[in-house]
Amino acid sequence: MPAISMKVNGQAVAGEVEGRTLLVDFLRVNLGLTGTHVGCDTSQCGACVVHVDGKAVKSCTALAMGCEGASVTTIEGLAKNGKLHPMQEAFREHHGLQCGFCTPGMIMSAVDMVKRNGKKLSEDTIRHELDGNICRCTGYHNIVAAVKAGAANM
Amino acid sequence: MSETGIGARVKRKEDHRFITGKGRYTDDINLKGQTHAFFVRSPHAHATIKSINTAKARKMPGVVGIFTGDDIANDKLGGLICGWMIHSKDGSPMKAGPHPVLAQGKVRYVGDHVALVVAETKEQAKAAAEAVNVSYAVLAHNVDAAQAMKSTAQVHDVAPDNRVFNWSLGDQAATDAAFRSAAHVTKIDLINNRLIPNAMEPRAAIGSYDTGSDHYTLYTTSQNPHVARLVISAFHGLAPEHKLRVIAPDVGGGFGSKIFIYAEEVACVWASKKVGGRPIKWTAERSESFLSDAHGRDHVTHAELATDSSGRITGMRVNTKAAMGAYLSTFASCVPTYLYATLLSGQYNIPNIYAEVDAVYTNTAPVDAYRGAGRPEATYVVERIVERAARELRMDPAEFRRKNFVTSFPHQTPVIMCYDAGDYGATLDKALQIGDYRGFGARKAASAKNGKLRGIGFSAYIEACGIAPSAAVGSLGAGVGLWESAEVRVNPVGSVEILTGSHSHGQGHETTFAQLVSERLGVDIDNVSIVHGDTDKVQFGMGTYGSRSGAVGMTAISKALDKIEAKAKKVAAAVMEASADDVEFNNGTFTIKGTDKKMAFGEVALAAYVAHKFNSSEIEPGLKESAFHDPANFVFPAGVHICEVEVDADTGATEVVSYTAVDDFGNLINPMIVEGQVHGGIVQGIGQALTEACVYDQESGQLLTGSYMDYCMPRADNVPNFKLGFTNTPCPSNPLGIKGCGEAGAIASPAAVMNAVTDAIGVADVAMPATSLTVWKAMQPMRKAAE
Repeated sequence: MPAISMKVNGQAVAGEVEGRTLLVDFLRVNLGLTGTHVGCDTSQCGACVVHVDGKAVKSCTALAMGCEGASVTTIEGLAKNGKLHPMQEAFREHHGLQCGFCTPGMIMSAVDMVKRNGKKLSEDTIRHELDGNICRCTGYHNIVAAVKAGAANM
Repeated sequence: MSETGIGARVKRKEDHRFITGKGRYTDDINLKGQTHAFFVRSPHAHATIKSINTAKARKMPGVVGIFTGDDIANDKLGGLICGWMIHSKDGSPMKAGPHPVLAQGKVRYVGDHVALVVAETKEQAKAAAEAVNVSYAVLAHNVDAAQAMKSTAQVHDVAPDNRVFNWSLGDQAATDAAFRSAAHVTKIDLINNRLIPNAMEPRAAIGSYDTGSDHYTLYTTSQNPHVARLVISAFHGLAPEHKLRVIAPDVGGGFGSKIFIYAEEVACVWASKKVGGRPIKWTAERSESFLSDAHGRDHVTHAELATDSSGRITGMRVNTKAAMGAYLSTFASCVPTYLYATLLSGQYNIPNIYAEVDAVYTNTAPVDAYRGAGRPEATYVVERIVERAARELRMDPAEFRRKNFVTSFPHQTPVIMCYDAGDYGATLDKALQIGDYRGFGARKAASAKNGKLRGIGFSAYIEACGIAPSAAVGSLGAGVGLWESAEVRVNPVGSVEILTGSHSHGQGHETTFAQLVSERLGVDIDNVSIVHGDTDKVQFGMGTYGSRSGAVGMTAISKALDKIEAKAKKVAAAVMEASADDVEFNNGTFTIKGTDKKMAFGEVALAAYVAHKFNSSEIEPGLKESAFHDPANFVFPAGVHICEVEVDADTGATEVVSYTAVDDFGNLINPMIVEGQVHGGIVQGIGQALTEACVYDQESGQLLTGSYMDYCMPRADNVPNFKLGFTNTPCPSNPLGIKGCGEAGAIASPAAVMNAVTDAIGVADVAMPATSLTVWKAMQPMRKAAE
């Protein structure tokens, strides 16, 4: 099997994968980073969103080998030195999660959204930008509030 | 109110692990020596299995074992059960066809389980599953509830007309008499569209057999692990309960779909022994979730409402055909009967009600409880027909409802339920105020200027939850009691562990249950842990569904806390050399009346375990108590939801532009969490009303909506922010005065949305989901008439 190496959450990692191995499986199975979730087969739900070289990517739709040499950040790498990222804190503060399954992808997408759109996000922008992340629990009301607050604190 | 006690908006204790990626869901768990499962599923809606040839597949790389219905039969592994017996009008028992864990001789829906392939990796299992050669003889099929009884496709031999039961509730003669003397009769035909629950975490299971101890362990995505253990032990006959441990760790949403005992989890834990005790993991792909999770709703209903000349409701008749799918799932039979027709009185004083329900087999995935379970279907019937009656009678829909509200309690309806408390008028008033009903005309005019048709719709729902009094449900056919258990373990340092039979899969029990302990014992919530979801830790429990964990589960905890307090007072009295009658307990401190003696709760806990200062022949050492709570009645949350929509006159595109929900849940433990439950429920109902439809192709029997590209889940930009309010008539049947909030939103909102849509475009009915195309088509006759 081909060998790959990349940086995940700031750490150099290496492994052997099949050509068909998806990034999400490399993260979950090879590296044991199970915070990134798989909620669908069709790139719709967004539970698997991670950052690859600073951009949000659905890791269920990216081949691990395609990320050779890349720098990947997962939900486990968002908090720094034991301090939660402002977006993580905002989800907790605004009750932006219930079962928690979609949450890692939501938070990773939200951080990316702020990077692209700035810290002052309108409700419309947030709702439109979350089109690729499905939540079945919260009805989005508190997620929208969390993203708005988290963005302002980033 | 303390900062962390009852009524406080405490931030959730469980959140830290979820926001840092440290949740532990079933698929996150990997056991030593683990293998992977993939299921061969039926590609046909209905067929006999002529042969299954596994020879080629067994030679594929990594294959560990392949199992079929023959292996299940050889091991005499029992079939899946339906745990609620319904009797037809004529007294005959429901016609339950066989439901083997793997198909035996016949498949009855697309996705039915045919064989289990176990291999070293998931990819290998999947590849080998494709090489399993199943020869089918295709049979005629039927996927339509309305046609089932006339269909030539017979799903089960025991039910020649595909009818599972023909059940009725209420006094038919008295109801018919009410209609004969009615001044006006309103009629409606409704389809309650079939839905697919779609918890974001797909179902998963890891079955493991320990050859040394002859002991099984099953990790599974369950809302009620103890019930799973009971069924797998008592009905499948896998192993006695003490040799089977079921663990439901973090579970990513359930909405009912994870109540049921499914073939996959039974097959994995059974087959683990067959592969020498190696653990077998199965995780559903989303397409498998669509095919094989129990679906919801799927009712076809005709209803009639009789009113007198003053606009008072005098009777209601309802006839419903309810699809059960190809097999009776675990609680399927109670959903369109005792969870449905018993709520047909709504919030109204209706003296005569008669309902008749035909449950029918169809060649589809089984249908069972989905958020609200029967009560959304009842509310949809009641609130659509009441709204239509108000329009026909040219009465204001709010005032027509008010005129017919139940106003004195307790109120015995003609359909079993006895409502214990409520103030429906006050709730309506608050909803009218928060939703600015008076300002609707101006908003409608403003919308019209933008080319939009604006409509308003009400839904005054009631539900019976806090499920349920055991003797009552037993008399109605339930195979189990629906009490709940709790154990309170106080550690010597004064920290507290609560073991509960409830299961949290998003509801926030780790926080709300800890708030109850904090309130009662004066303990910081950080010193309270909630233990659930493991049959080796919690002795027994009935799990979480039917908005029962507060009213039933927390009441069990409350009763155990009563015992803790009583025992701790005895210990405190002995240590402080006083009479137990003189001990008072407030805010975590024991004091002796008329003295300055006091002990903190933690000091008493330590004294209870050290046991130096009391006579242990009179007071047992330790501080641990348990309780079972069987509720005396259902609880009856009720509320008024008001929806406003805008419809694009040219395209039919429909948008919910305002949504007000005022609910009476009794006392609230944590308003932040309650609001979150309401938000989520409303959006599931908006999804049903506007976007979601499970569609089977009539001709092929194939599921057409088998992915998120075909089945439209509501996204953030499909819904607005919500305006919420609460009223409070404390529930009289539990000491906490709480009702239930988990299902209310999904129960109320479909009717509110559809009443708004029909109001906007001025037609009698639009089918759910009201997609742009459906609404546009519904508008055409009116537009043509106008031209």
